[in-house]
This record gives sequence, C-alpha cells and structure tokens, in this order.
Amino acid sequence: MHDSTQPETPAPTMVTRMNDSVSRPALSFNGVSMVYPDGTHALGETTFDVHPGEFVTVVGPSGCGKSTLLKIASGLNAPTTGSVTVDRTKVGYVFQDATLLQWRNVQHNVELLAELAGVSKTERAQRATDAINMVGLGGFERKYPKQLSGGMKMRASLARTLVLDPSMFLFDEPFGAVDEITRERLNDEVISLFERQRFAALFITHSISEAVFLSTKVMVMSARPGRIVASIDIPFEYPRVPDLRFEPEFARISGEISHALRGAHA
Amino acid sequence: MSDLHNPFIVPGEDAGAVEHHILDAAPPTPNAKFQWSTLIGPLVTFVLFLLFWQYMHESGMRTFFDKPGFMLPSPVTVVDQAFLTAKARGKLINGLGWTALVASIGLAITIVLGMTLAMIMARAKWAEHAVYPYLVALQATPVLAIVPVIAAVFPDGIGPRLFVCVMISIFPVASNTLFGLLSADSGQHDLFTLSGASRFTRLRKLQLPAAMPAIFTGFRISAGLSVIGAVVGEQFFRSGGMPGIGIVIEEYRQKIRFPQIYGGLVLVAALGIAVFLFFGWLTKVVVGHWHESTR
Repeated sequence: MHDSTQPETPAPTMVTRMNDSVSRPALSFNGVSMVYPDGTHALGETTFDVHPGEFVTVVGPSGCGKSTLLKIASGLNAPTTGSVTVDRTKVGYVFQDATLLQWRNVQHNVELLAELAGVSKTERAQRATDAINMVGLGGFERKYPKQLSGGMKMRASLARTLVLDPSMFLFDEPFGAVDEITRERLNDEVISLFERQRFAALFITHSISEAVFLSTKVMVMSARPGRIVASIDIPFEYPRVPDLRFEPEFARISGEISHALRGAHA
Repeated sequence: MSDLHNPFIVPGEDAGAVEHHILDAAPPTPNAKFQWSTLIGPLVTFVLFLLFWQYMHESGMRTFFDKPGFMLPSPVTVVDQAFLTAKARGKLINGLGWTALVASIGLAITIVLGMTLAMIMARAKWAEHAVYPYLVALQATPVLAIVPVIAAVFPDGIGPRLFVCVMISIFPVASNTLFGLLSADSGQHDLFTLSGASRFTRLRKLQLPAAMPAIFTGFRISAGLSVIGAVVGEQFFRSGGMPGIGIVIEEYRQKIRFPQIYGGLVLVAALGIAVFLFFGWLTKVVVGHWHESTR
C-alpha cells in the first residue's frame, strides 16, 4: 500500500478489531418481522446473529424478502416487530446496482461516503486511492462510470464502501447483474478482502455457488413471508482458492442447500 | 453524433493493469471526427429552399395565391435592400439588439424563477400539486387574453415585454428541472440516506447534478421561446422606446417594404438558431463528459 502515516490504513486495524469484539455480535436480529403498509408480509419472524469474522449469506427464491432483511439491517426500513442491534456507524452497504454517481469519476465516487461523513479533503483522497488499489482499479481514477464495464463499476462501488473502513458489510445481491465469469472474479475479490480484514458480512444472493464459496454460514429463506428454514455451516478454511468450486465437498454442500431451498419453495 | 455511444468498450473484466493498457491504446473519442453530412445536409436544404423561394417570387405567388410577386421579393432583393443598404441594416440590427436584450433578461428571470419553482415542487408532492397545474395553465393562456391585465399592471417600458417573455418561456425550464431533480435513482437516494445526508446536501450533491442534462434541455427549449416571447411582447407593447425587431418589422409592414420585412425575419431566425447552438454547446461542455447521450 502506501506509507503508514495514515492511521486509517485498513491492514493494521483489522487484527485489533478481531480481538476486541469476538464475543459481541456485529449484527443481531431479534424476532424481526416486516409487513409493508400495503399488507405485503415480506418477512416472517427472524432471529439470528452475525459475529465479527463471520460471513453469513442468505439465499432464497426471488421475492422472498431477502432485500427487505438487508434494508432492515441497514436501518433504511424499520421492522414491524422485533429489534435490530447494530452499530450503524460501522455499517457498509453494497447495493444491488453499483449506484455510482454518473457525474463523478471513479476517484470522486469512491470519496463520496467519506465526503458526506466530513472527512478532510487530503485524508479522503488518500483513503480513496488505497481503496481503489485494493479492488484492482488502479489507473482508472479519472474514468467516468459510463466508461466502465459492469464488473468495474461494482469494483468501484466496493471501493466506495471500503473507504469508511466498515466492520459490518451488508451486500444486497451485488453481483446479480454481472455475467458468471465476472461474478467469480468479483467473488475472489470479496473473499480476499474478507481474508485480509475479517469483517462481519451479511450477503444476499440467489446463487448457491456464490453463497457456498464466500460464506462461513449459509441461511436458506423460504418464499414470502420469508423465514429462515435452514442454516448450514460451511466448513472450508480461508484462504479459499477458485478451484474450491470443483471439490466434491463443495458440490455436496451446494446440493444440501439446493434441497433446503426446494423444500422452502414448496 | 458519433459521441452518443461511448467508444470505450472495455474488454472483459480483467486485472487492472492489463485493461489499463488497452484503454490507453484506445483511440481518442471520435468526437473530433468530422462528418460531411452534418454540413452538406443543411446546405442542400438551404439551396432547395432558396430555389423554391425564387420560384414562388417569379410565378408561384400568382399561380397559387393570385397575389403579385413583389409580396415575396426574390432572396437577392432581400439581401440587397435589407442587408446591403446601410440605413435598413442599421435599423434591423439595432432592433435585433433590443430584442436580444429583452430575450436575455427574460431568459435569466425564467431560469431563476423556473428552477426555484422546480426545487420547491421537488421538495414535496403537495407542493408539486399546488404549483404544477398553474404552470400548465400559464402555458396554455394566450398572451392576447391577458394583454389588458399586463397593460394595466406594468408601467411603460421593458416590464410588460419581460412579463410576456417569461410567461411564454418558463414552462420548459420548470418542468425539465423538476423531472431532472426527481430522476436520481432510489439506490442513490438510499446511499445518501444511509450517510445521514441533510436535505440540502442531497439537493446539492445528488439531485442537482443528476438533473443537469434535463435542466440544460429545458434551457435550450426556453431560450428559443424567450426570443419568440420577446418578439411577441413587442407586438403588444410598443411604447417605452427600445424599438425591437418586431417593432421594426411592423413599421416596415405599414410602409409595405417587403424586402426589409423578410430581412427582419431572417435575423430573428438567425438569433433563434444562435441561441439554440449556444445552449447545445454549453450542454456539451457541462455534462458531455459524463452523460450517456449528450448531443
């Protein structure tokens, strides 16, 4: 990275963070349910914790309330019942679309959250540069979103979230719109970030292989109103290599999740 | 038009360094590539138009309308008597200057007022409901119908003309700005919500920039209308000095000086085109580097 005068360099902070707060969950859902004003019962009663260093993925059929779950976790929506415990200042949200501001180049897009948080100009420029390099977008700082491919936009979006150095990541089907090949590369990127920083993550997807590849735990959601019907621990050690996807054990676990999903769908 | 679609088609999703080279090697935006058709197209139309004009002057007027040809003087006569004669030229150019002045001030008022109204409307649905129907009504009101009101309210001078100008040109700015302010997508709004951004920050850093392409489209339409508004205003409110081009044309009409009338029309049209091109250029400068489909 760069010289270590910046106190916010992510690399050194992660270790301490891991040791601090292993016991306290980074995110805690307690009997949370959601009924929209129009009567749609989006989320049934849901209780779970995500601890620091845990990468929890939620898979479910489309329209099962996965996104609702994440919106509640971030505080964008208030739950109808139950409570959520999370330190909102430490939450980083990665959106379904890249949601870059088209009129800002990559550098200024990545600086945005720090800018809104009131971080000084030089400080946020430095942090943005680090984040951009971390996601492999170095050299593209001056490009505008319209000049980037879908995968590169997602990288920029990831970098933007990294700038505030969150300890709890919320991913809302971030790679749903990109092709399979790009998705796998972006998964590698997320995995290596996770291996380096060991944040807590709640990841929404409808791709089983993505879920198994990334996670320490996969939760299966039923069709609406969404409830967690299965919770499967993923035993693979980190660092995880791309070829993990072709291991028999990987296939077996994927099958198990697929069965749970089918049961949930019926 | 070749800059409509971005030329950087990034090949695949590779590691940064490799793609960077590919991007660097890519030719510069074919912005600069000159298209002959953009010049020849209008030129062909222009020549055909002149030929048609000349034909109408020589026999068309009599054949089709049973009117004498001098009512539509030949283009050569128009150029000669309106532009190559010092006195007529001076009068017309002077008139164009007054009209341009009224149109510019009117457009400035239109932009400030239109954008302010749009920002108020963008704040809340009820504000939109309270204001928008009346903008539509204003748009639909014939100037002629409220001439007595304007005459009664405003003193002589530039006031009544400005009122007409603003009345005619405000709608596109207001409606386009409103549309633009509401065009930021919900994900981007969520982003600002999660950051705890204030309303003002959201307006300044999200809604206004997102609205720029639409706002400039509004500017361009309103700018053309402001010229029309200024000329229309002159037709109804001639007192108070400042003989704009509409007044000069009317004077020539009373004297049955057709070449000068058409000369005036050409100048007004030229002003309209100039204003349109200027705002097209300004749009490109301000939002061309990021907007997908800037013309």
